[in-house]
Amino acid sequence: MERADYERLRWRCIRRALLELDITLTRFLDGGEFEKLNGDEKQAFVELADMEDHDLWDLLTGKAEIDDPRLAHIVALIRKS
Amino acid sequence: MSIPVLKFDAVIVGAGGAGLRSAIQLSEAGLKTAVLSKVFPTRSHTVAAQGGVAASLGNSEEDHWTWHMYDTVKGSDWLGDQDAIEFMCKKANEVVVELEHYGMPFDRTDDGKIYQRPFGGHMSNFGEKPVRRSCAAADRTGHAMLHAMYQRNVKANTQFFVEWMALDLIRDEEGHVLGVTAMEMETGQIVIFHARATIFATGGAGRIYYSSTNAFINTGDGLGMAARAGIPLEDMEFWQFHPTGVAGAGVLITEGVRGEGGILRNSSKERFMERYAPNAKDLASRDVVSRAMTTEIKEGRGCGANKDYVLLDITHLDPATIMKRLPGIHEIGLQFAGVDCLKEPLPVVPTCHYQMGGIPTHYSGRVVMPQGGDMNAVVPGFYAGGECACASVHGANRLGTNSLLDLLVFGKSAGDSAVEDLKAGRAHRDLPKDVADKTLARISALDNRKGGANVHETRLAMQRTMQDHAGVFRFSDLLKEGVSKILEVEKAARNLEIKDKSMAWNTARTEALEMENLIEVAKATMISAEARKESRGAHVRDDAPDSPEFPNGRNDAVWLKHTLFSPADNSICYKPVNMQPLSVEPVELKTRSY
Repeated sequence: MERADYERLRWRCIRRALLELDITLTRFLDGGEFEKLNGDEKQAFVELADMEDHDLWDLLTGKAEIDDPRLAHIVALIRKS
Repeated sequence: MSIPVLKFDAVIVGAGGAGLRSAIQLSEAGLKTAVLSKVFPTRSHTVAAQGGVAASLGNSEEDHWTWHMYDTVKGSDWLGDQDAIEFMCKKANEVVVELEHYGMPFDRTDDGKIYQRPFGGHMSNFGEKPVRRSCAAADRTGHAMLHAMYQRNVKANTQFFVEWMALDLIRDEEGHVLGVTAMEMETGQIVIFHARATIFATGGAGRIYYSSTNAFINTGDGLGMAARAGIPLEDMEFWQFHPTGVAGAGVLITEGVRGEGGILRNSSKERFMERYAPNAKDLASRDVVSRAMTTEIKEGRGCGANKDYVLLDITHLDPATIMKRLPGIHEIGLQFAGVDCLKEPLPVVPTCHYQMGGIPTHYSGRVVMPQGGDMNAVVPGFYAGGECACASVHGANRLGTNSLLDLLVFGKSAGDSAVEDLKAGRAHRDLPKDVADKTLARISALDNRKGGANVHETRLAMQRTMQDHAGVFRFSDLLKEGVSKILEVEKAARNLEIKDKSMAWNTARTEALEMENLIEVAKATMISAEARKESRGAHVRDDAPDSPEFPNGRNDAVWLKHTLFSPADNSICYKPVNMQPLSVEPVELKTRSY
């Protein structure tokens, strides 16, 4: 991922509407978990980060589930991080 | 250096509830309107508001705006201006119905009216019994509100500048506001937004505290810009706290946890609330619990390496009950405290939630400041609404669901006033020759400084200082010490260094610029809090206790007045509270008790 693309993604993760997501996503990125992902996984993470805050938070707390296995895999990784 | 200039009739900074509501008024009046936001509008912190919006619609039972006004004045501990409070409560029904017409999916009664639920502090018949006044869209009221208003703005051709950060307010020699300088984050380019009207709707600055429920975006950018442009900040000593946020994270733990039997303990595992509230114990009111927690920490009975939190213990409860009655609490413990609350207690601390003070405004949304003997002289071309503004309707403490009402009423009001002033002939004024010099100097200093202070460490020092010295319960000695400490942190904040010098998406630079705004708010808060030698609303001092002469520690003879803090010389002056409503009799002073 190009530097500018990564920094754009990072900004969109560290400035969310919900504090819970600020903390969770910042930890995933700055803790080095994102860097460990392969290209497809990174793309799936970008798609998740584009979601509305409440919808994403419901996924990350297990209140909701997502059908797409690519995204569900990333949700599981974030929850474990 | 030539800086591009973009010319608009109006520029609005912030795309949360207040900014979007203002923009509707301006764009629908046919004015060329720009809205700048650090994030996509529906990522603004308004999304986090769940409780609802207060309006005396009377859909479920009898209600009246004068009752709502009474509750708001009382909630404010009589520090709110009664003309502004009347204006807001009277306008509530209108702005809620407008929102409904914009497509807001409010919860409904069986006969199709907007469903209303009770909320703390909202009463019928001048404090008699609780009334159903809060209008909500499930638990996503703020989210639904932003979506409805964003769509309305798209229809009205509002021009959005997303992922742009406003940097400085532009004022000319006569004090008129002419727009802002701003940075496009994607390119790092600095641009001048030259406008006939400038509206700030930048939200609060809860990130000045170490423990805050506010999202990271709440860095007080509007307050910082106003302060740097010589505009005082009003009543900044008043911040609303919640007793139980996860220590170090700020994420709220619902009061329901104590309701289900959760117990607060200190470092000796003592159930300390038995000493402070022998009957109610852990279920005492928010302020009593917060004060007890702070006292335990101050007296060295806090937990952890820094002895700066207490414990919320639910390990004695049946795990099945916890998982059934308190869904989410287990997950919050794991995610934000690294604690399995079924086996270990949760670290908690009183947590900052809402900023009552801000940029001083008239209820019309026009920004006002002292000038030539007039304490409320209008700053021409400048308007503000929402949490960044102080109208003042929340006074010393805000009622739940009045924050969403504030941003609707005063967002609209600021927009209406701007339309009125522009239609009356307010033109673009010439930009000063040195229009962007200060902004460019700040950016250049950040890019070129060597051996300066680290942004993260400086922010942490500020947050720790605010939490330890100007938290929910305040002590004279700690406040005095806090003033010296925050002035030291200010020196570091004016000497920041960043390693990343790149132009595109330089988040290090953006965070440094946010820090320069935060420190203005932190300084205003600490100095204003040290100066107010009484207890009132959310400002509670150990040396101003409840007494027969001063119930709740409130001293109206001396302190029934608004603080105005001037950042340039750290001086304070005061202005009277407006006790005269617009059309009804004043709500007379009395002791605030529930």
